[in-house]
Amino acid sequence: MTGTVEIRNVVKRFGKVEAVRDVSFSLPEGETVALVGHNGAGKTTLMKLMLGLIRPSSGNIAVLGDDPAAGQFEARRRLGYLPENVSFNAALTGSETLAFYARLKRETDKSVAPLLERVGLTHAANRRVGTYSKGMRQRLGLAQALLGEPRVLLLDEPTTGLDPALRQSFYEIVEDLRGRGATVLLSSHALTELEERAGRVVIMNRGIKVADGTLDELRRIARLPTRIRLKVTDAGLANVPNWLGPVEGWRRVNGHMVEIDASPERKIEVLRRATDEGAPVEDLDVVPPTLDELYAHFLRSQETAR
Amino acid sequence: MRNILIVARKEIQEGLRNRWVLATTLLLAGLALSLTFLGSAPTGTVGVRALDVVIVSLSSLTIFLLPLIALLISHDAIVGEMERGTMILLLSYPVGRWQVLLGKFVGHLSILAFATLLGYGAAAGALAATGAEIDAASWWAFATMIGSSILLGAAFIAVGYLVSALVRERGTAGGIAVGIWLVFVLIYDMALLGMLVVDQGQTLSGGLLNALLLLNPADAYRLFNLTGSAGVGAFSGMAGVAQTATLSPSALLAALAAWAIVPLALAALAFSRREL
Repeated sequence: MTGTVEIRNVVKRFGKVEAVRDVSFSLPEGETVALVGHNGAGKTTLMKLMLGLIRPSSGNIAVLGDDPAAGQFEARRRLGYLPENVSFNAALTGSETLAFYARLKRETDKSVAPLLERVGLTHAANRRVGTYSKGMRQRLGLAQALLGEPRVLLLDEPTTGLDPALRQSFYEIVEDLRGRGATVLLSSHALTELEERAGRVVIMNRGIKVADGTLDELRRIARLPTRIRLKVTDAGLANVPNWLGPVEGWRRVNGHMVEIDASPERKIEVLRRATDEGAPVEDLDVVPPTLDELYAHFLRSQETAR
Repeated sequence: MRNILIVARKEIQEGLRNRWVLATTLLLAGLALSLTFLGSAPTGTVGVRALDVVIVSLSSLTIFLLPLIALLISHDAIVGEMERGTMILLLSYPVGRWQVLLGKFVGHLSILAFATLLGYGAAAGALAATGAEIDAASWWAFATMIGSSILLGAAFIAVGYLVSALVRERGTAGGIAVGIWLVFVLIYDMALLGMLVVDQGQTLSGGLLNALLLLNPADAYRLFNLTGSAGVGAFSGMAGVAQTATLSPSALLAALAAWAIVPLALAALAFSRREL
């Protein structure tokens, strides 16, 4: 028991549907972990389980050492949650709304103004939430999640609806909290959304955990080929195998280009040959596998395994 | 306890902001004032205990209006917040579900009590200002009328919560709330009256009638106010019923209180078992 969040063999059924199937993982302090999966993969269900809003059908969950569904509030005071599509009562103003949530966490009203400042809502603090745009509501949602210096932050699809500048400042806030020792769990439906912000990635598909590790580890496990694109002279095009050596999986594109899918261990060899003294290569591009390809790979490998 | 007050405070704040408090108070005050001055026309002002007449008309107004207002503000309390998505965030905070429910109850009841007190109080104040003589017994009857009106409101708020905790959609809750209002306020009495007429006093005993009257909070309220004091009873035309139904005022009050507590407890139970 070292992590702030421990999930062991958790199963959650809704009637006949198994939303989460035998999932285990542990989230340590001071780490940003991404929970990635399609809609319906079980991300939100896992977060609700960690919050104690629903109980697992079987298995154990501990958040900050407590069972979240046992009705103990001590852990919840140190926990921040931003739900997917966060909504607030439209009649109250931004600062009234935040003051209400602050009181529930036993924070003084003094903590409200700095938080609104931090998420850039000071100018709209005394406007009714009903007049807020989607991005502003999302920022208010983030502000309430940050109340009380949380040690665990659960953020469900936090960046949907945010423009790139806001997304940037959002990640800065999250990084700041992580630096102070908080555990941050971000869920997302695509790896690319996360822009390599997460130290670790947990990929879910249909309630099953299909991958868990840092992006580098996942890349190594996936063994996805690196795409190497060479611009070749006319003379070189005629006898590619001669100077490139015996490479399988090369093809011509756009007339003068040669594209090679190189496996991780062949990559350097191919590059050496292509940059060799006599090679008829004018230009060269190396494209590592994208996060989307990595994500698709893990989803595919799980589907075929079943 | 503190959580309950925090939630209650937010409900009141919302009620003030979205004009619920204002609308309810103005509606009750307006109707109470017009009833006070129009209602005294047939009896005149000579020697009649003016406030007793007001009590009779206001308690009839209460029976129709307060359950309706109570159900309107309560039927949405749980299912509405769930549908809008605000409940999931609230419950992720260190606050128990029963505390949320009780906090809402305190908040909604305060709004209703404020409106009743101010609205009906305005009527009594206006009457006193016109120089009508009002004795202490009438004031006491008036005060108990306001108190029991608030209790009736509490009962229907609790019933509204129970509906709200049980159904899946807001529309369903609204429909059921209207149905409950129709049954308790209109249909129940008509059916009871019809039964009494058909039966001609053959099989329906006084005990059964008592039980049937207690099974409807609106009837318990009516009986409590219209037969509670001798002066009021004379004007209400309820003397006949009061003789058949031998229920003490405390039994009627207890029935009203039970109508508030039992549905509230059931609502808390249903809410605690609900999955989000």
